[in-house]
Amino acid sequence: MSTPHDPGAQLQPEGTTEATTAAAAKDALHTRRAFLFKLSLYLNGAVGAVLAVPIFGYILGPAFRKSASYNSWVSLGTVSEFPEGETRLADYRNPVTMVSDGATGNAACWVRHIEGKRFQVFAINCAHLGCPVRWFAQSRLFLCPCHGGAYYEDGSRASGPPERGLFEYEYKLVGNHLMIQAGAMPTPATEACAKKPKPLIQIESPSSAAPAQEAEAAERSSSWPA
Amino acid sequence: MASLNKRSNSAAGRTFAWLDRRLGLAKPLTEAAQHPTPERSASWWYVFGSAATVLLILQVVTGILLALVYSPSAGEAWGSLQFLNHNVTLGWLLRAIHGWGSDFMVAIVLIHMVQVFLFGAYKFPRELTWIIGVFLLLLTLGMAFTGQVLRFDQDAYWGLGIGASIISRVPWIGGPLVHMMLGGPIIGGQTLSRFFALHVFVIPGILLALVGLHVWMVLRLGINEWPMPGRIVSKATYEHEYHELTENSGVPFVPDAAWKDAVFAAAIMLSVLACALYFGPFGPTGQPDPTIIQTAPKPDFAFLWIYAVLAYLPPELETPFIFIAPIVVIGGMLLLPLVAGEGEKHWKRRPIAVLMVGIIAVTLAIFTQLGTYTPWSPIMEAWSGEAIPVAYLQQRSPLERQGALVLQNKQCRNCHALGGVGGMRGPALDSLATRMTEDQIIRQVLQGGGNMPAYGKALSPAETRALVSFLMTLREKNLAPAVDASRSLTHAGAMRVPAKSDVVRTP
Repeated sequence: MSTPHDPGAQLQPEGTTEATTAAAAKDALHTRRAFLFKLSLYLNGAVGAVLAVPIFGYILGPAFRKSASYNSWVSLGTVSEFPEGETRLADYRNPVTMVSDGATGNAACWVRHIEGKRFQVFAINCAHLGCPVRWFAQSRLFLCPCHGGAYYEDGSRASGPPERGLFEYEYKLVGNHLMIQAGAMPTPATEACAKKPKPLIQIESPSSAAPAQEAEAAERSSSWPA
Repeated sequence: MASLNKRSNSAAGRTFAWLDRRLGLAKPLTEAAQHPTPERSASWWYVFGSAATVLLILQVVTGILLALVYSPSAGEAWGSLQFLNHNVTLGWLLRAIHGWGSDFMVAIVLIHMVQVFLFGAYKFPRELTWIIGVFLLLLTLGMAFTGQVLRFDQDAYWGLGIGASIISRVPWIGGPLVHMMLGGPIIGGQTLSRFFALHVFVIPGILLALVGLHVWMVLRLGINEWPMPGRIVSKATYEHEYHELTENSGVPFVPDAAWKDAVFAAAIMLSVLACALYFGPFGPTGQPDPTIIQTAPKPDFAFLWIYAVLAYLPPELETPFIFIAPIVVIGGMLLLPLVAGEGEKHWKRRPIAVLMVGIIAVTLAIFTQLGTYTPWSPIMEAWSGEAIPVAYLQQRSPLERQGALVLQNKQCRNCHALGGVGGMRGPALDSLATRMTEDQIIRQVLQGGGNMPAYGKALSPAETRALVSFLMTLREKNLAPAVDASRSLTHAGAMRVPAKSDVVRTP
């Protein structure tokens, strides 16, 4: 049917009856057997295509669900556990877990009680590559152990490799309880909060921050003593 | 064949004959084993490929043994590793051999690749052998990464987090990709199951199949001849020349070349065993509980250089870099034999190739070395764990000593070293006042800049004053403090003719 393409072919003498064998091969392609063989190939191709639907549907299943669809309201405890003006670590059990998740189904977040009913709840995951950031109350900074990303107490980017501030959870107060909207692990693409996405190619500047943070940012940059 | 006939009389010989009549493998296998090898290629330089294959077999065997006990469930994996380490007879050694075997395999595959590259073995007609080899390298690294995930500890957990964060930066489909990688919304049971399936079924399956193809092509196309300067590879003549070379001066692979492969493979096996016995198994480190945040996750040795690169890339370059660079690098490796399939094989006639290997090796070594001590990471306990050197507190005013307290309390030491102890994220402060003026220090502390956060909101004016007065005493060898050259001219608003000593400053 075809001439061999292997490099060794060049060492062999050229076939003199090539024309006749080619013609015979062409005839052989049009027999009933060849037709049935082709038909069987098409049949298996079709079966393969049908099987591909459940196979790929199964593998891609998690990809089709929106991040937000995993989220639900979780209680972090009563407001009294988070004193005003302080930032504290809070643990919760992720709302979507299986038995086999074990301790990985736990989650932690940083709760900043600004004052009264104003809170900020930050994901533990650094906005750079997701390592767990730690809060340092004395210097009012979150520091990341992996690549040294630093954030101010309002979650905005201070320095280091992160391109943006910490991920924030939506929160609400139900009675005396602080609730957050949690479920999916926050990454730049699966952020918990329904904020407008920011371009990844730019470092967040104070002017692009939310209006509530703007005042604080302005205050920070103008705190130059006489 | 004569020996075969002799043996056919005995019971063993008859069994062999019975089997081979049905299998028919004796002849092709004997031929393959004795295929002619260029005499000079029966060299100690040509032993790395077979050593990698032997390591792969070691990994398969030890992997199966570990799978007898390991529980691929996020809730139980960590416990089952502890059980392997402490309760199963020699479980710790099996884990250690598998772990060290992995490190050795990555190293040997890389060395094999460098040898093949420097000896020009990727050139015609062995282009596809090289291309499959590139995939074998990627699969080996894939095994190393997924294996690290199966050691389901803190490093594995946060390593997955890093992987997810990288994937989430893929434009448009980042979110779905993250969930596909994790098998759900979080790193958990389904994530571990996925990586277990990859590590145990998918990647080894492809790896073994491609190794088979790779070896088949080595047998079919012959072992690369020893390169000679001036012996040019040309598609028109190479096969004929190679055929002549092996006809005239070839030696049978078994035993003339194979004994060196066997000796080297044995040495490598013994090295793996020695490392396993001496250093023991890798981890597991702390439990994979994301509420335990007192952790500084780090990838395994083979990936430390990536960890370092991710620390040093400028933020705005990072996302383009981590998606474009691998495509360029892997694409370059795949296209290499197609672009440079002919020409000189000898390294002496390929200076750019030698230079490239040198540069890549030095780069990887430097980044790996940096990855071992992560100078970019703040040392989280330095502020509370490391005292200020006594010498820096002697003969200081109360205000200055108060400033030393501020320095310690505000966690400055996490990023700045004093007396060689502390973080390396920022510069060491031992001689700060000789290179920055008081005003510059105040500005840097309050407003930040470069890699430093602004401390304007975290410091009261009194704290700032104390801190800066302490920092101004940090002058190694009692060098003169840095002074703003224009300051004396404008000092106190007094208009006066500057004295000569104001203008000309000698250190």
